Amino acid sequence: MYATNYHRASSVADAVRLKGASEDGKYVSGGMTLIPTMKQRLAAPSDLVDLRHVAEMKGITVSGDTIRIGAGTTHAEVATSAELKAACPALCHLASQIGDPHVRHMGTLGGSIANNDPAADYPSAMLALAATIVTDRREIAADDFFTGLFETALEDGEIIVAVSFARPERAGYSKFPNPASRYAMTGVFVAKAAGGVRVAVTGAGSNGVFRHGGMESALAGNFSPDALAGVTTDPSDMLSDIHGSAEYRANLVNVMARRAVAAAGAV
Amino acid sequence: MGAEGIGARVARKEDKRFLTGKGRYTDDMVVPGMKYAVFVRSPHAHAKIRSIDASEAEKMPGVIAVLNGQQLLADGIGNLICGWMIHSKDGSPMKMGAWRPLAHETVRYVGDAVAVVIADSVGEARDAADQVVVDYEELPAVTDAVTALQPGQPQLHPEAAGNLIYDWALGTSEADTDAAIAAAAHVTEMKIVNNRLSPNPMEPRAALGIYDSAEDHYTCYTTSQNPHVARLVMSAFYNVAPENKLRVIAPDVGGGFGSKIYIYPEEIVCLWASRRTGVPVKWTSDRTEAFLTDAHGRDHVSTVKMAFDSDNRITALKVDTIANFGAYMSLFSAAVPTYLYATLLSGQYAIPAIHANVRAVYTNTAPVDAYRGAGRPEATYLLERTIETAARELGVSPAELRRKNFIRSFPYQTPVIMNYDAGDYEASLEAAMKQADWAGFATRKAEAEKRGKKRGIGMSCYIEACGIAPSAAVGSLGAGVGLWESAEVRVNAVGTIEVLTGSHSHGQGHETTFAQLVADRFGVPIDNVSIVHGDTDKVQMGMGTYGSRSGAVGMSAIVKALDKVEAKAKKIAAHLMEADESDVVIENGELKVAGTDRSVPWFQVALSAYTAHNLPAGMEPGLKEGAFYDPSNFTFPAGCYICEVEIDPETGKTEIVQFVAADDFGNIINPMIVEGQVHGGIAQGIGQALLEGVHYDPQSGQLLTASYMDYAMPRADDLPSFQVSHQNTPCPNNPLGIKGCGEAGAIGSPPALMNAITDAIGNNDLTMPATPQKVWAAVHATH
Amino acid sequence: MTKVTMTVNGRQVSGEVEDRTLLVHFIRDKLGLTGTHVGCDTSQCGACVVHMDGRSIKSCSTLAVQAAGSEILTIEGLAKDGELHPVQAAFKANHGLQCGFCTPGMVMTAVDMINRYGGRLDEKTVRENLEGNICRCTGYHNIVKAILAAAAEMGAGRQAAE
Repeated sequence: MYATNYHRASSVADAVRLKGASEDGKYVSGGMTLIPTMKQRLAAPSDLVDLRHVAEMKGITVSGDTIRIGAGTTHAEVATSAELKAACPALCHLASQIGDPHVRHMGTLGGSIANNDPAADYPSAMLALAATIVTDRREIAADDFFTGLFETALEDGEIIVAVSFARPERAGYSKFPNPASRYAMTGVFVAKAAGGVRVAVTGAGSNGVFRHGGMESALAGNFSPDALAGVTTDPSDMLSDIHGSAEYRANLVNVMARRAVAAAGAV
Repeated sequence: MGAEGIGARVARKEDKRFLTGKGRYTDDMVVPGMKYAVFVRSPHAHAKIRSIDASEAEKMPGVIAVLNGQQLLADGIGNLICGWMIHSKDGSPMKMGAWRPLAHETVRYVGDAVAVVIADSVGEARDAADQVVVDYEELPAVTDAVTALQPGQPQLHPEAAGNLIYDWALGTSEADTDAAIAAAAHVTEMKIVNNRLSPNPMEPRAALGIYDSAEDHYTCYTTSQNPHVARLVMSAFYNVAPENKLRVIAPDVGGGFGSKIYIYPEEIVCLWASRRTGVPVKWTSDRTEAFLTDAHGRDHVSTVKMAFDSDNRITALKVDTIANFGAYMSLFSAAVPTYLYATLLSGQYAIPAIHANVRAVYTNTAPVDAYRGAGRPEATYLLERTIETAARELGVSPAELRRKNFIRSFPYQTPVIMNYDAGDYEASLEAAMKQADWAGFATRKAEAEKRGKKRGIGMSCYIEACGIAPSAAVGSLGAGVGLWESAEVRVNAVGTIEVLTGSHSHGQGHETTFAQLVADRFGVPIDNVSIVHGDTDKVQMGMGTYGSRSGAVGMSAIVKALDKVEAKAKKIAAHLMEADESDVVIENGELKVAGTDRSVPWFQVALSAYTAHNLPAGMEPGLKEGAFYDPSNFTFPAGCYICEVEIDPETGKTEIVQFVAADDFGNIINPMIVEGQVHGGIAQGIGQALLEGVHYDPQSGQLLTASYMDYAMPRADDLPSFQVSHQNTPCPNNPLGIKGCGEAGAIGSPPALMNAITDAIGNNDLTMPATPQKVWAAVHATH
Repeated sequence: MTKVTMTVNGRQVSGEVEDRTLLVHFIRDKLGLTGTHVGCDTSQCGACVVHMDGRSIKSCSTLAVQAAGSEILTIEGLAKDGELHPVQAAFKANHGLQCGFCTPGMVMTAVDMINRYGGRLDEKTVRENLEGNICRCTGYHNIVKAILAAAAEMGAGRQAAE
C-alpha cells in the first residue's frame, strides 16, 4: 500500500470538509473493497476520510411505505434487520449473500453502491427498487446513478448519506456466485411495485449493472417464472472471462431471473 | 493398545499452541536488527534483461541495499538444480537449463526474480522495488507444453532443443504393446488432461537469513518440509556456506503439500543478502507471489489406449504423456512424471503389457514439481477415467469390470517396476459400495430427476506407492540422494524421553503419533515424550516429510532406535533384578521378570543408566540410541472411493451429495489423525476436479489466476462431510505394518468425482475442473 | 506517523504507526501477538480474523487507525486462566486443525458464529458461515464437527446457568 493520511470524520459536513482539504482523497467506510485495492497498489488516495463514525449515516427506518437505509449501515445490519425483513425481505437476503460474515460486519451499503463494482450485489437492488440515492447535496434516481463500470453520477466530494425506496409489493434476489471470488457472476433482483415490474442484473453485463427491458415487459402482465420462458438475453452484452463465457452468463441471467421471481414472496 | 498407545485416538499434543496463537511460524520470527526483503520480479513471461538501474531505488527512504543477479553470480552462488537424473530412451541425459536465483540475462516466466530490495520495512522495500528500472527486451512466450514441442515455438534454454527435457519410456516394449492392442476385442481410447494446480498451503513461504560475521556462520529460518535437505543442497550445490556453518530451522510450518520440499531462490538470496548487508534479512511471500512462484503441480496431457479381450480382461495399456515442467527444473521435478507416475500405471489391475512414454517440456510458466500425490494422482486419474469409460462402452458395470481385472495374489510384479507386496482391493470396493448404498442409486437418481436434478455416481480404485523409498533402488533410477530416515531416542535420567526425528511435521501430527509409539513401547505417558524436529543443529541428518513417508519410513527409524533402547534397558533391569535379560518384559511402565512379582520402574532403569553406579560389566553409561532406517520396498496403500453428485442442469453447478472413502493403509497408529489426512486429501482432490485450475494467458504468458479472486479454493460450503473407513492388509515390509495415508485422498478422489459427473450428464470428455460453465456447456452439447 | 490507542485482549495499548499500517501488522509487529496470521492479499482466507467491538472482522483489510478506540480480541485473548475456551477445546477434541495456520481465524470465526446463532447452528449454516475462512488441511470436516460440538456445549452451558 502506498502512504496515505487518515482522517476520521464526525459528521457529513466534517467529512466533506476533510475531503475538500485533501489533494486526492477518498472516503472510506467499511473499506472492504478500497483497502484491498490499496494493498494491491491499484489505488493510491493521498487521504482517507473515514465515515464509519458518522452517526447520521447509519440506521434503517421504515415509515409507512417508505424505507430509508443510512449509507453507513453494514451488510450485517441490513441482513438481520427485523423491520426490513418485514418490509423488503429480498434486500435482507441480498445483504446476507455479500462477501462473508467478516466482510458483512464492516462493509456498508453506501460504500458498495459508490464503488459500483460490476459484480457487486447492491446496485441491482437499487435499480430494481427504483431507489433514490440521497447525497449530501441532492437526490439521484438509481436509473441515473449507475453510469458504467465503477462509475457513478457522484461528483467529486459528494457523499451518499442514505438510500430510500418505496416498499415493493414483491421482490426477490437470486445470485450465482463466482466459484473463486464469490462475487456475483450473475445476480438478478426483481421487484414488483406500484410503478410496475423492474428487473436489474449485476455481475453479467459488460457495462455493469443494467435493467432487463425484455423481462420487465414479460413480467408486467404475468409476474411468474413462466412468463420469462420466451425472453432472451443477448450474449454480446455480457462479460466473458475464464469463469464464464458470455453465452453462459446470458443463460445465468435467465435462470437467476426465474429463480428471483419464484423467490419473490408477497410482502 | 493403551489409552495413548498404538491405535488410540489421542488428541494432539501440539494443538494447544496453535489454538492459543502460540504457534511459531517463520514470519513470526523477529531478531534484532532484522530488515525486510522485497523481490523485483519479471512482469514478462520471456525477455532478455538489457539493464537494471537501481539508482533511484537506492535513494529511497529506509533502503539498505538493492542487489542483483550479477552480484550473486560474482559471489559464486550456484545454479538451482534438479536432484533426479532421468535419461531419455535414447540414453542421453535430461537437458537441464540454468536456473539462477536472480536472473541476470533472461527471465523465463512472470515472477522470475531479478533483484531484491532490503529495507527497514516491507512497505519501504516495496516502494523502492517499484523504482527499480529493469530494461527488458520482450521475447515471444509459450505456456502450454503441447504447443511448446511444436516447431517454430519460442525456445527457453539453449541446452534443451525444441524445449524437450527428456523423452523417456517405461514398461513393455512399444511393439509388444501395440501388438496386444491390435489383437484386442475392444480398445478404449481417451485424451486425458490433468489440470495444473497451485498447492496453496495457507502459510505462504518465508525465509529469514541471519549471517553472523564473528563466527562466519549462517542461520536460515524457512518454511521447509525437509530442513536437512535444504542445508545439504544450499551447501553442496549453491555454495551458500559449508554444512557446518549453516543451520537451517523449519519451525512450525503451515502446510506444505509438496510445495515446501524445494529450495527456492528466496531463501538462498536472504542468506546471501544477510552476508552482503550485515543485517538479518526476512522475506515473506504474499499470496500473489505464492501463485506466481510456488512450484505448481500436475499439468499433464496424455493419450491412452486400454485394450480388452473378449472376456473384458485388460490385455494392454499404452500411454503417451506430455508433462509441463515450467521455466526451470525444480528439485524433484524430473522424478514426478516418470518414477512417481508411470510406475503406477498398472493400478489395481493385472495388465500384462504396459508401455508408457513421457516427454518433459519447458514452458514460460512457473516451475512444476511434486504436489500432494505427485505423479500418482495423474496415473490414477488416467486409469480410472479410462476404465470407467471402457465400462460404459462395453456396457458392463464399472464395479464388475474392475473386479474382473483386480490383482488378487501377492506379491505381484507389474510390467512397470513395482512389486506390490500386499492388498485386498475387493475388500475396499465392497466396503465402499456398501457404505454408499450403491444398490440404491437408481432410486435416488429417479427421485432427483423429479426435482429437475441430474444425479450421478462414480467410483475410483486407486493404488499408490509410498514409503519413499529404498535408497539403492531410487539411486539406480537417478535419485541424487538416499531416501532413508533417521531417529534418535534419548531417555533422560528421570525417564522422560526425547525423540529426534528427521521427519518434519507441518500439520501431520508427528508430535502426537510419534509419541504414541514410545508410550506404547515403554508405558510412559505421552506427555513425558517430546518430539524434536526441524532444526539441523538439534537433529541428526534426516530426509524430511513428503510422499507419505513419515509413517512408513520415519516411524520405522524410531522403532529401530526404540528396539536398541529397549534391549539396553532390559539388560540394565535384568542386572538390577539379578535376572536373565530374556525374562524381562515391559508392562505398564515397569520392567518385570516375567511370571514373578519382581520389577523396577522405568525411571529407575533410566536413572541407573546415568548414575552408572551399578551397570552390567562393560556397559557404557547412558540410555540413548540412534538408528537409520532404509526401507526394503515401497508401500502400497490402496482403496476405493465413491462419489455421488447432483447437477443443476440450468446452471451446471455440481453438488456433492455423498463421498465415501474406503482405504487400506495397513496398520494405523492414530485413527483420528489418519482420518484427518484423508479428509484433507479428498478436499484437495475435489478442489482439483471441481474448482481449481492455474490459467496463463497463452499469448502474454500472464498468470490469470494469481489470487483467490480467480483461483477457486475449496471452501466449507463446496464440500460435504466425508464417510471414511479403513480396511487393513498390514504392510509386510516394515516393522509397524503401515503404508502411509497422506496423499491417498488427493489421489483417489478426482476420478471418482469426474466419473460421477460424467455419469450424470452422459459426456465422457469433460475435463477438470468441472466448473459450472463447463458442465452446463457439456449438458447442452449432449442434448 | 500517528499514535493509535485501542484495547486489545482487555489491555489498553498504544503505538506509533504509519496511517497505511494494517491492523494485522499493528497486532503482529507492534504488539508481538503473532497468533493472527496473513494468508492472502485479497480479503478471502480469513487467517487474520479478530473481533472488533464484539464482531468478527478481517484485520488484513482494516487499518490500525480505523481500529483506534475500539476493543479488539485476538486468539491470544480467548483462553482464560490457562483454560481453553470451549471452541478451542472442541477444535482439539475433534481434530479441527492440522498445520494450525488458519486455526486462529477459524476459532475466532467460530466464536463469532456461535455468538450470533447460539444453539441454532446446523451443518449447513456452519459451512455457509465459513465462507470467509479457507483451510487447506482438514477439508473442513472436523472444523464443522468442532464448531457444532462447541455450540452444543456452550448452549448446554448457557441453559445450565439459566
